Amino acid sequence: MAKRSVWSDNRFWQRSAAWVTGFASILLIWLTFDTSAQISMGTDADLQNGVTKRVPAPTVINYKITYEMDTTRGHEVPVIGEKEMFFGRDDWSEEEAAELLHLGKLGSQAKNCMNCHTLLGNGAYYAPDLTKAWLDPAWGPEGSLQSMTGKNTKEEAMAEFLQHPSQYPTHARMMPDLGITADEAQGLVAFLKHMSSIDTNGFPRNFGKIKGAVHGK
Amino acid sequence: MASNHLTGVGSESKQLATWYFTFAAIIFGAQLVFGVVAAIQYVMPGFLFEIVDFSVARMIHINALVVWMVFAMFGAVYWLLPDETGIETVGIKIGKLLFWVFAAAIVVVVLVYLLVQVGPATESTIWLIHEGREYIEAPRWADFGIVVVALGFVFNLFATGMKGKQTGIITVLMADMLAFAGLYLAGMFFTDNISVDQFWWWWVIHLWVEATWEVYVGSLAAYGLITMIGAHRKTVEMWLWIEVAMLFGSGILGLGHHYFWIGTPEYWWEIGALFSALEPLPLVAMFIHVLYDWGKTQGAETEKGNPASVIKNKPAFTWFVLNAFGNFLGAGIWGFFHTLPQVNLYTHGTQFTSAHGHLAFFGAYATILIGMMYLAVQGTNGIKVLKSTKSSLAATWMITGGVMGMGIALTIAGYVQVLVSRAQMGATWAGYFDGQSGMWFSQAMDWRLFMGVITLIGFVFLAKDLLSIGKATHHER
Repeated sequence: MAKRSVWSDNRFWQRSAAWVTGFASILLIWLTFDTSAQISMGTDADLQNGVTKRVPAPTVINYKITYEMDTTRGHEVPVIGEKEMFFGRDDWSEEEAAELLHLGKLGSQAKNCMNCHTLLGNGAYYAPDLTKAWLDPAWGPEGSLQSMTGKNTKEEAMAEFLQHPSQYPTHARMMPDLGITADEAQGLVAFLKHMSSIDTNGFPRNFGKIKGAVHGK
Repeated sequence: MASNHLTGVGSESKQLATWYFTFAAIIFGAQLVFGVVAAIQYVMPGFLFEIVDFSVARMIHINALVVWMVFAMFGAVYWLLPDETGIETVGIKIGKLLFWVFAAAIVVVVLVYLLVQVGPATESTIWLIHEGREYIEAPRWADFGIVVVALGFVFNLFATGMKGKQTGIITVLMADMLAFAGLYLAGMFFTDNISVDQFWWWWVIHLWVEATWEVYVGSLAAYGLITMIGAHRKTVEMWLWIEVAMLFGSGILGLGHHYFWIGTPEYWWEIGALFSALEPLPLVAMFIHVLYDWGKTQGAETEKGNPASVIKNKPAFTWFVLNAFGNFLGAGIWGFFHTLPQVNLYTHGTQFTSAHGHLAFFGAYATILIGMMYLAVQGTNGIKVLKSTKSSLAATWMITGGVMGMGIALTIAGYVQVLVSRAQMGATWAGYFDGQSGMWFSQAMDWRLFMGVITLIGFVFLAKDLLSIGKATHHER
């Protein structure tokens, strides 16, 4: 009588399942250690010494951030440039900047941003993606959003909008008033500026580079 | 005891299961109502503006989704435990107490979402109101409650599994539910680093819905095949182990497809692409498995000169087959559409994701859990062969058709976003609204609302049917 094949043996498949699961889990844990090290926040010293971190220090708010094509990597990356004023200062200390970012990140959760907007592309799709919102030309010097608020700087325009969103409707779909205070708005703008400096492997592609091919605009 | 599934009467575990199913069905209804509210807001942005804003409606929509599924999943385990192990569930008193704790906590959480909505940017908002993190918005206090409830549930499962007969299905469930409960811990901390935040957030979301929940569904399908059509346990359990190997083999590292753009290193492109591209394979296998076992069992009966259907619960089996196909279609096909980084660069964060979300959660989970509710109706009423009613058919067609319709409409909307907002306009604020105001986009949103309403009406038929089908006279008792 022929021996029963191992391929129809439940024990064989049970062991296979255990080995496959174990192997995949160990690989994931190992990769998690590597990734965690790479996405930990940089320090102010890194910024001063020009050390590129995937997630820079909160003091990145003291610098000008741009989004430029990196020919080696084949996509755009955030580039941290010269010093730049942020709410009238370019000397936010490590503690101050960290505190501001903490307030902003807490605010982003407390105000439930993610259930209308996407952040790093994750969230809801009812409102624009905020990953690189800080770099949006509309908030820039000649941008429609900045001029709408009557403010002279990007950060003040954004903070003003966040505090009174329904006073500045851009479309029939409006942002509701979420009771955001002046301090919270400052924190949220710092959070947005910091997020725009994160190296997202080129997402979103071509951000802010295309002036518009639709309706001849 | 083996055929105990036909007479759920008298089993405390099965009674508890019906409590879980009832609460799950109510929350399912709430999910659909708030989904319709959010869908109306896409069409009429002024609807409930600054009263129940989109963010609130959507938070309840997706949180209710998670909660009703977890409730139904716990319920289904309490339902099958006595059948599989041959004994009454251990710790049933704790189980009942925890049910009330869980249900009360959920009611409080939802009321706070609805009445308080947002708080100041402080830790206390995270602890008391919500965490503002998609899918796992529940405030921290509730997180601890959920962990306690989940641990109690896992304890009951383990204690019963070790005391009674430990079948293959029970073994898989024990390992799977432990991982399911444990993974929740990865979502219970606050960090200022949004990349770290989203890295661990995906551990919960992805490793639930694309790994542990899928394995759970495999176990339920195995149980259903044995109880509903009398499939051979040896065959079913062998397939289950193969499915576990394939699901975890692809799903665990498939996590990488969420790490393309959140600040994480480039190597996730290759890892995520490879393993997530493999994720549809087990779903194909599960579909074939269900149909194959059905045909094989029916064929064997016909051979014996017995042409009657082998199916002992028509509506439940319908939902199980819809699950096998819907899982493959919604999770497999719609997931594969946008899982490669070259494509995902443009589709990430568009309605494409939403289309996939609707079809996958429905196809992979809602279907089979509705099927389990019908099994419970059969069991509690002591019915030998449960047959469909007009309402069962209306519910099946309207819910399935409605969700399919929403999925297709959202896919079209997603294409508009990809082409206009992303490829043409470079994803800015202006680009976003150019996409939203396109004719194809707004028509897609009209259709989505229409199909959503169809789904909701289908749910009314489903609720009516679940409450009344047990009393119908055309069943074999």
